[in-house]
Amino acid sequence: MSLLTAERIKLLSTRSPWWCGLLAIVLPVGFTVLLATQVNPTNAPGFEFTPAATQGTASLGRAVVMVLAALAVTSEYRFGTIRSTFQAAPQRVAALLAKSAVVVVLTAVIGAVVGFGSWAVFRALHSGPDLDLVTAADWRSVAGEVLVFALTGALALGVGILVRQTAGAVAILLVYALLVEGLIGVIPKVGRDIQHWMPFFAADRFLGIRDGGDDLQNLPLGPWAYLAYFAAITVVVLGAGIFAAVRRDA
Amino acid sequence: MIEAVGLTKRYGNTLAVDNLSFSVPTGRVTGFLGPNGAGKSTTMRMILGLDTPTGGSALIDGKRYRDLHQPLRTVGALLDAKWVHPNRSARAHLAWMARSNNLSAGRVDEVLDLVGLTGVANKRAGGFSLGMSQRLGIAAALLGDPQVLLFDEPVNGLDPEGILWIRKFMHRLADEGRTVFVSSHLLSEMALTAQELVVIGRGKLISQSSTEDFVAMATENTVKVRGPQLTALRSELGRAGVTIRDEGDSLIVSGMDCADIGELAARTQTVLHELSPQRGSLEEAFIQLTGDSVEYHTDLVDGATPATLVPAGK
Ligand SMILES: Nc1ncnc2c1ncn2[C@@H]1O[C@H](COP(=O)(O)OP(=O)(O)O)[C@@H](O)[C@H]1O
Ligand SMILES: [Mg+2]
Repeated sequence: MSLLTAERIKLLSTRSPWWCGLLAIVLPVGFTVLLATQVNPTNAPGFEFTPAATQGTASLGRAVVMVLAALAVTSEYRFGTIRSTFQAAPQRVAALLAKSAVVVVLTAVIGAVVGFGSWAVFRALHSGPDLDLVTAADWRSVAGEVLVFALTGALALGVGILVRQTAGAVAILLVYALLVEGLIGVIPKVGRDIQHWMPFFAADRFLGIRDGGDDLQNLPLGPWAYLAYFAAITVVVLGAGIFAAVRRDA
Repeated sequence: MIEAVGLTKRYGNTLAVDNLSFSVPTGRVTGFLGPNGAGKSTTMRMILGLDTPTGGSALIDGKRYRDLHQPLRTVGALLDAKWVHPNRSARAHLAWMARSNNLSAGRVDEVLDLVGLTGVANKRAGGFSLGMSQRLGIAAALLGDPQVLLFDEPVNGLDPEGILWIRKFMHRLADEGRTVFVSSHLLSEMALTAQELVVIGRGKLISQSSTEDFVAMATENTVKVRGPQLTALRSELGRAGVTIRDEGDSLIVSGMDCADIGELAARTQTVLHELSPQRGSLEEAFIQLTGDSVEYHTDLVDGATPATLVPAGK
């Protein structure tokens, strides 16, 4: 318990998590406003007005949350405070699990604000019953951001612990999330099949987001199985990070 | 009590600490002395469980650091004053540390007061001078009111005022009966601060003794002999079994006093231009003792008078 409080004080007593958190909310919600004012049934006949469609820009927030989570640990390596952390809590597994928990709670809260915020502003600009949260799938699309953001935070933290350097960790995370996953599909023949097993592709399938024109038939997993798959990847990466931190010199 | 037994650390090809065994007695200030690169910081990191030893172990009151419960209550340490997040306030820095070991928030204010940082407690630590950072580090070390304290080169880079403050603080901690283990590469500094000395060079133990004994051994007097033709005298001195070192056109003799050397010179009919006793500075002597183990020779080390060093011994 005391380790959780210590990590909370640590995370919230510098400015960068606040700025990242703010950006992680403003960016996707802002672009949702832009999107909502631009689309209507006449100029975009293919656009489905569903709760899932309100979450199209959440991936921007997810990218910023990755920076936030990675920074939570790489800045400790950068400034040497990781040594004070391990000096105060020599059981490194406990110390890093406490840090993970604090990061997960914060990113989950951000995910909630992004999910419901995007949905609310979209619905405010497009009144009509299509955007009501009725089915379980509707709720999964919007409230699901809580789980997706939380897991994204933990995943990025794991990468941060492994890489230890801010620039390296952020570059890996952003290049991967924003470019690599999309480009994998370009590989002839096997590209699409590989893509079906990419972590952020899995997260989007859990949310039920349709990315433009993709063939989303014949997917190997259902939404909840995709979430479990995304969670499994997160646990493996974070676990590897913690394992490495225990083995390595601080 | 801190006890190192066969402590060894290898980084790739560098053997930073080599089978090092020593003990730091309770309730005294023990200096940890060695030239730069001798392995002092590495040893301290191993004592604190930050680096894993390649071999051997370090125990605090018989326990490994990582087995201590709420370790800040047992051991306080300042290894590097710059290990704070520059955008975090001094108070927040101490607050998270205090919380992690279930120490009260009031204790944070107490230690801030103790080191005189109350006035800047809410300022970001990145704006602190080295002296202030050093004080913040000491405040952090004292948070848990520990009986054992480790300081790594606490006076390095400080102005004379800061050095004096740290020195007084060490004495105060020792007067309170705490065990203080403080490293330095300056013997003159340690002579003023420490009662016991653990001396290392190239990762190996050179000696462990009281500071008094070490200084006595280190400042053995020498005599400078200068003259146009010293060959005959030199061989006589050699037969007498004293240690001779060449320095320009002079000989530096240790193990025989001026009177005896003068008689010997008369017997060998040697013309002398100078025969003068040299009170070796503590630093020079220390460098001599650790000479073989100094990793980085500098001009200063080889030069005759290290003028910038604090005058020794008093
Ligand atoms: N993390 C590290 N990786 C590689 N070499 C290191 C590391 N830490 C220290 N060393 C090397 O170990 C030796 C001892 O260093 P150190 O313990 O810092 O000495 P001191 O504190 O006495 O100046 C030096 O040769 C140094 O270069
Ligand atoms: Mg050092």
